[in-house]
Amino acid sequence: MPEAVKNGLELRDVHICLEGRELVAIDLSIAPGEIVTLMGPSGSGKSSLLGHICGTLPDAFDVSGQVNLDGRDLDGLAPQDRHVGILFQDDLLFPHLSVGGNLAFALPSHIKGRANRRSRVEAALSSAEMDGFYDRDPATLSGGQRARVALMRVLLSEPCALLLDEPFSKLDSGLRSQIRSFVFDLCRKNSLPTLMVTHDPEDGEAAGGRVIALD
Amino acid sequence: MLRFVPILTLVLMIGPVSAGLIGTILPAFGILPALGRTTPSLDPWQALFAQPGLGTSIRLSFVNGLIATAISVAIVMLFCSAWQGTRIFHAMQRVLSPILSVPHATAAFGLAFLIAPSGWIVRVVAQVAGWERPPDIAIIHDPWGMALIAGLVAKEIPFLFLMTLSALPQADTDRTAQVTATLGYGRITGWFKATLPRIYPQIRLPVLAVLAYSTSVVDVAIILAPTTPAPLAVRILGWLSDPDLGLRFMASSAAVLQLLIVIAAMAVWIAGERIISALGRYWAEDGHRFKKDVALRGLAATMALVAAGAVVLGLIVLLVWSVAGFWAFPDLLPRGFSLRLWARELDAIGSSLTTTLLIGIPAVLVAVMLVLACLENEVRTGKAAGRQAMLLIYLPLLVPQISFMFGLQVFFTLLGLERTLLSVVLGHLVFVAPYVFLSLSEPFHALDPRYGQTALCLGASPARVFWQVRLPLLTRAVLTAAAVGLAVTVGQYLPTLLIGAGRFATVTTEAVALASGGDRRMIGIYGLLQMVLPFAGFALALLIPAVLFRHRRGMGAQNKG
Repeated sequence: MPEAVKNGLELRDVHICLEGRELVAIDLSIAPGEIVTLMGPSGSGKSSLLGHICGTLPDAFDVSGQVNLDGRDLDGLAPQDRHVGILFQDDLLFPHLSVGGNLAFALPSHIKGRANRRSRVEAALSSAEMDGFYDRDPATLSGGQRARVALMRVLLSEPCALLLDEPFSKLDSGLRSQIRSFVFDLCRKNSLPTLMVTHDPEDGEAAGGRVIALD
Repeated sequence: MLRFVPILTLVLMIGPVSAGLIGTILPAFGILPALGRTTPSLDPWQALFAQPGLGTSIRLSFVNGLIATAISVAIVMLFCSAWQGTRIFHAMQRVLSPILSVPHATAAFGLAFLIAPSGWIVRVVAQVAGWERPPDIAIIHDPWGMALIAGLVAKEIPFLFLMTLSALPQADTDRTAQVTATLGYGRITGWFKATLPRIYPQIRLPVLAVLAYSTSVVDVAIILAPTTPAPLAVRILGWLSDPDLGLRFMASSAAVLQLLIVIAAMAVWIAGERIISALGRYWAEDGHRFKKDVALRGLAATMALVAAGAVVLGLIVLLVWSVAGFWAFPDLLPRGFSLRLWARELDAIGSSLTTTLLIGIPAVLVAVMLVLACLENEVRTGKAAGRQAMLLIYLPLLVPQISFMFGLQVFFTLLGLERTLLSVVLGHLVFVAPYVFLSLSEPFHALDPRYGQTALCLGASPARVFWQVRLPLLTRAVLTAAAVGLAVTVGQYLPTLLIGAGRFATVTTEAVALASGGDRRMIGIYGLLQMVLPFAGFALALLIPAVLFRHRRGMGAQNKG
């Protein structure tokens, strides 16, 4: 991870409009290791905001304001150059790659050597209590295992911030609290400024940080 | 680079069509510098209108094209409305997809062998009725062109069915059917009132392509249509192939006339659409529910089954003829079987397969690359912009081949590319690319965009996302599109014949050339040969992803393409 100053993620006076209608207006700064929850009904533009931060928002949207991460201005950067990770409600593991292949896909290319790269992936699997899963087909994993692999995949790409787009809404209720604490613990441990959007109040309570309601 | 591919693709599609049309229209008015004629005149038209039986030829093209299209559309709509979402529907889907890859000429030959006076169907009747010799009536080449209509219908049904199938999900048809059923509508009526108006705009272009094709078809017409006189397009080919170069002028004006016939047929069709949609609006609101539609549903299934069965049985009878020894009327099977003809033709078979692939492989590769690049460009720029422009990619399917292929040949001669592999490949590409686009764009757009977004946010470059995420996920869709493309190039008759000026003997030009000879064993062999490459293509499109991703269960869901 770059040794720059870690100011966290700052959204300065960000407005997102579509066809003249304002979807989101927000001014927010998220410290490293802090988890901020955005609550709002569907259609309130929460996902558009996340798309804007990671750079995948279609240019049909009109956006003003600045997004700043650890002192870098993100606006205008290509998504792959932003170091912003995102998790969706679906795990979106690539079905054509093995579990290990999915993780290695995310590992930056500056980590060199086959053995070295493999051991990094194995270590990540092991920290998710999934030793020996390298060659497994993602389609054979349980829901909880898939969610954990998806998170490990994001973390291996060495993000400087993490965005969560209703990440737990598709998990069984029994699994949800377990995966929640797994994700939140790792966000704090890695000092990642984290922005979560959800419509489940329990997500916000579990995150234990600020909860902001959009309307 | 990528940004320019859509333009390049359009140029490669529209360029040949416009160059070809200009090269047809100028000689139609007496201008053909290559033959030293530079002053405009109406002589070609006078010569054309002096041709005996011209009116009959025009009627055969115009009326039969419209009837064949109307019957195909009616059967497909009726079948979809009656059986959508049922087991029979899915079974039909399985049967019709491979039939789509059967070249038109093969299907036409198979049908001819079934319905001819000495064909299988009459032989079955003869067994019962005790006939000693075939009845003396013209069933194929019948003066009304009914055999031609039957041949076109049998082959267009699978195409229209699959086009309808890909439009269905966009109208949320399963739930619409539930709603209409709970409101007390019969299946067919509910579908026609609530689903058809929503999906028809999406199948309109394919329907018009079928109309243009049916109105101007050459190869199927040579095999099944009346001969004295033949439909206009067949006669144009005859004039173009005449050693008397002077006939070129009249042929060109006839090709322009053919274009006008297609335009007129489209105008009639579109007028029909308008009338039906106006009447349909009243009908949709009149509350009649037609709950008792069992008989009609049975009829729909029967008609679809007969159409599919005719093609399949036709293939079987081609196979039997290709290995038949002595086969007297009214025996159902030959007295003996022999591979003698296959053995004799082995060298010729090898060389025509090679020629076919020599043209087909480059055309398919270029088409797949262009289409993928266009679609990827759409994703990267985030704009469906140019989507309207992409409709132009279908232009070659809406203009009759005979109306621009001759002109294109003249154009290639000007460039010094006459009779070269390059010009034939470019001629094929015009027809391959639209079908590849048709086949690939739906699965490409259906791919969850969040896969690409996730990969980008993991730090992968757009190029890496394409090669390592999107392309592998679309493996089967891409291979299927390539197989569709291969089936299209294998089936091309006119472009190969005219642009190649007879130099390229593909399985299809060889097969159609046999039509007039009437050697059933040879027709059996070459008709089947036309099938070999498309079938192999589709088999590989199934097999390769299955082997490649045998340990990836999740790819099954990805790869419905």
